[in-house]
Amino acid sequence: MNMIIGLGVVLVIGILLMIFRIGRLMDVAKEKKEDNSWNNINAILLLIFMILGLGWFYYYSFKHFSSYDLPVASEHGVATDNLFWITMAITVVAFTVIFIAMFWFTYIYRYDKNRRAAFFADNHYLEIIWTAIPAIVLALLIIKGLRVWGDITGPASKDAYIIEMVGQQFAWTARYPGVKDRELGHQNYKLIDASNEFGLDLTDKNSFDDFKSLTLYLPKGKEVLLKIRAKDVIHSVFLPHFRVKMDAVPGMETQFKFTPTKTTEEMRTETGNANFNYEMACTELCGRGHFSMRFPVVVVEPDEYEKWMAAQESWLKQNPDYMKYVPDNLKDAAAIKAGLPINGIQATNSVSLK
Amino acid sequence: MENHSHEDHGHEHHGNFWTTYIFSEDHKVIAKQFLITGMAWALIGGLLSVLFRLQLGFPDANLSWLKPLLGGWLTADGKIDPEFYLALVTMHGTIMVFFVLTAGLSGTFSNFLIPLQIGARDMASGFMNMLSYWFFFLSSSIMFTSLFLSTGPAGGGWTIYPPLSALPQAISGSGLGMTLWLVSMAFFIVSSLLGSINYITTVINLRTVGMSFTKLPLTIWAFFFTAIIGVLSFPVLFAAVLLLIFDRGFGTSFYLSDIYIGGEALPNQGGSPILFQHLFWFLGHPEVYIVILPSLGITSEIISTNSRKPIFGYKAMVGSLLFIAILSFVVWAHHMFVTGMNPFLGSIFTLLTLIIAIPSAVKIFNYVTTMWRGNIRFTPAMLFSIGMVSYFLTGGITGLFVGNSAVDIQLHDTYFIVAHFHLVMGVAAFFGMFAGVYHWFPKMFGRMMNEKLGYIHFWLTFIGGYLIFFPMHYIGIAGFPRRYYTWTNFETFSGFTDLNLLVSIAAIVTFFTQFIFVFNFIYSIFRGKLAPANPWESNALEWTTPRFPGHGNWPGEIPTVYRWPYDYSKPGAKEDFIPQHIPYSETPESNLPHENELIKLEGMDATIHVEEKKHH
Repeated sequence: MNMIIGLGVVLVIGILLMIFRIGRLMDVAKEKKEDNSWNNINAILLLIFMILGLGWFYYYSFKHFSSYDLPVASEHGVATDNLFWITMAITVVAFTVIFIAMFWFTYIYRYDKNRRAAFFADNHYLEIIWTAIPAIVLALLIIKGLRVWGDITGPASKDAYIIEMVGQQFAWTARYPGVKDRELGHQNYKLIDASNEFGLDLTDKNSFDDFKSLTLYLPKGKEVLLKIRAKDVIHSVFLPHFRVKMDAVPGMETQFKFTPTKTTEEMRTETGNANFNYEMACTELCGRGHFSMRFPVVVVEPDEYEKWMAAQESWLKQNPDYMKYVPDNLKDAAAIKAGLPINGIQATNSVSLK
Repeated sequence: MENHSHEDHGHEHHGNFWTTYIFSEDHKVIAKQFLITGMAWALIGGLLSVLFRLQLGFPDANLSWLKPLLGGWLTADGKIDPEFYLALVTMHGTIMVFFVLTAGLSGTFSNFLIPLQIGARDMASGFMNMLSYWFFFLSSSIMFTSLFLSTGPAGGGWTIYPPLSALPQAISGSGLGMTLWLVSMAFFIVSSLLGSINYITTVINLRTVGMSFTKLPLTIWAFFFTAIIGVLSFPVLFAAVLLLIFDRGFGTSFYLSDIYIGGEALPNQGGSPILFQHLFWFLGHPEVYIVILPSLGITSEIISTNSRKPIFGYKAMVGSLLFIAILSFVVWAHHMFVTGMNPFLGSIFTLLTLIIAIPSAVKIFNYVTTMWRGNIRFTPAMLFSIGMVSYFLTGGITGLFVGNSAVDIQLHDTYFIVAHFHLVMGVAAFFGMFAGVYHWFPKMFGRMMNEKLGYIHFWLTFIGGYLIFFPMHYIGIAGFPRRYYTWTNFETFSGFTDLNLLVSIAAIVTFFTQFIFVFNFIYSIFRGKLAPANPWESNALEWTTPRFPGHGNWPGEIPTVYRWPYDYSKPGAKEDFIPQHIPYSETPESNLPHENELIKLEGMDATIHVEEKKHH
């Protein structure tokens, strides 16, 4: 089989070479003088290219708009999308005008031996105009862009819901502060082990009711502050529908605040897709499984969110062995916060003794 | 100015095969060495991209027929291994950016054209120039070797962000492959610096009589600024590379902190991966201008020549090159808007980045106006130059999206970015390179390339390039992340299999189209029509040399320059071009009033020239 394909390829190349050779010999034989036909053909082809290219671009962009326009589900996302489409309008107009002008010129000013090009070396008015116009347009884009950027990156409000996203090869985990203190406990990468994947520092009382989640639950209409960390290499939190992206950097906590505006259910209605799900992806190359770091995201109404929060088991409750790292004076508080029986340690010990 | 007055008798340095073709100090031979090495690299880099496009366009295909080539890098069911996929992406980027579009482009055309167009016998230091190529060759050999390692070549992306690139346990490509990458890059930087210092010195010191800075062709201006950018930015990459080598080998913590990997907490603390990104992009961003400026210079020259019209706004063209060169140093952090860098820095870099659009727009307007009311000859070089402007426009204009930090949040690291930079610095720079080869081939090899093959090559590549990269905008707006082996894990990114298929087919066809060029190139070196003295009726100085210029370029004296290089279609002139070495006194019919004044000075130039000769 391979032999036949190889032979075929050799044959095709051989035939092409023959055609080339014959073409060259004919050129030599014809001794052609000043032949302008190829120049005209190229000029016409450039014009056709411009017309078909622009035509296809407009046709495809309008016809398939919905397949690349991701529905937006966050407050700031509306603003950035707005800026995106303003930029799009400006660039498409500029692009179209220049594209048409350029290929129109190459067509009508194609070589003609009876004509001479204009000696037109500069014109300060023209140059000032087309320096000034882009400058003004850019100034508008910059001002608008910086305002939106300032809003997005400004400090989060005090009552924002804090959630921690931790990236590692090749999975995400979310850590929520428990409902009892609503604050994330300290962590330290040196405390990480097979069970303590967050490196929770159990000498900090805020860590007792923290819980782990393998789904990112978000409350609709409430500001959420993602605290983002990475354990091993750089990852990047990407929530396409919320227009959220922020790198997860080992050794440096990053953050991104945003307000979801549509629940998963609402999005299912809007998109007409009953199976719609929000998703989180990784957008910083992190190794072999980079493409597989999917993390499910669910947006619910605030009261439902509170219910969900309250129903979660704290990490410490799931890993009662770690009570041994809690300082003695905090053991009772830890047990209460984690939802363990007060003398939980003995209870667990006896269980493990069996 | 001493160079052009000494030894007026034969400049041919007849040496043996080794000193003439291998360890040559002749800038023209070195240029060809860079060109041919660059072409070889381009084919390798292109082949790698075809391999990963097979995975992206035909995710279900059984590629076991590639076993002879890829061996163990195919999985049992005939798929490309995900880690090898990343290595392909990484090496494609590294090869194309550095080995093809930096060394292959600047190395070829700066070397070839600077002495010929400014009227010099050779580079300021022929020996350094030779070293520059051989360091590049050494660097190339090391990088090439890394392709054959059992653990694979570097796989952390061409930007080699640590910790991924610092930790062999994070990805197998960060083992020996990464070491070789870093060593190769260190030699590459040495090569680039030796070249750039030489280009700068030559342009400043070795211009012929009359060749003032304001009479330089735009090609030379572009190469000059490119070399300055290179000299200022490559050392920073060298520092970044060196610190990474320390982190990898000697237990330092420049870029590493708080890492738990492979069941073990590493001792490194206090470093910052962001530091690396700042250092990397301090080169990395100027680097894209190192890639594109030579193409802008080459196309300025070619478009003016083939429009038979002076380049519109010569001063604005030089000014915008200078402005771009300066701005290129203060925009690097726009690659880092979402890295957790201080948002205030994001604002500053948005402002500075979008300003670059102004000189870029001026350049495009000036190109278009140059063609307006021209008398355009569509040589293959001209077609590729028009294509270059088209791509520079298409890719450059999307910079307004990604340069704006708020919009970049969504687009960062998606296929929109891939489309943007491939169009504006990848394909555009490639087109500049093709244009340059077609245009100066007669000067390089004394023979003409076949025009019809050139047309076919242009049309297939021009359309192919758009088919490859334009659809990526849609995929990117839809959020598809780059460097993904497959998108099937995500519902959000499950569409657009049709566009990905189209892109892959276009990539494969366009890749094989390049063999038309390779064939034309090799065939024409030996069998092409002999070139006339000035095949494009160009004004620049290189066409005053003999068909096969020897070492020293001009057999007699170097011509004196009297005018700028863009006196095309001057009213009153007999021909539609007046080369730079024609004095105004010989063209009274076409002189502008202020040029008649200059006739008086022409004699003085000659006197100075004679007096200088006496001193030697």
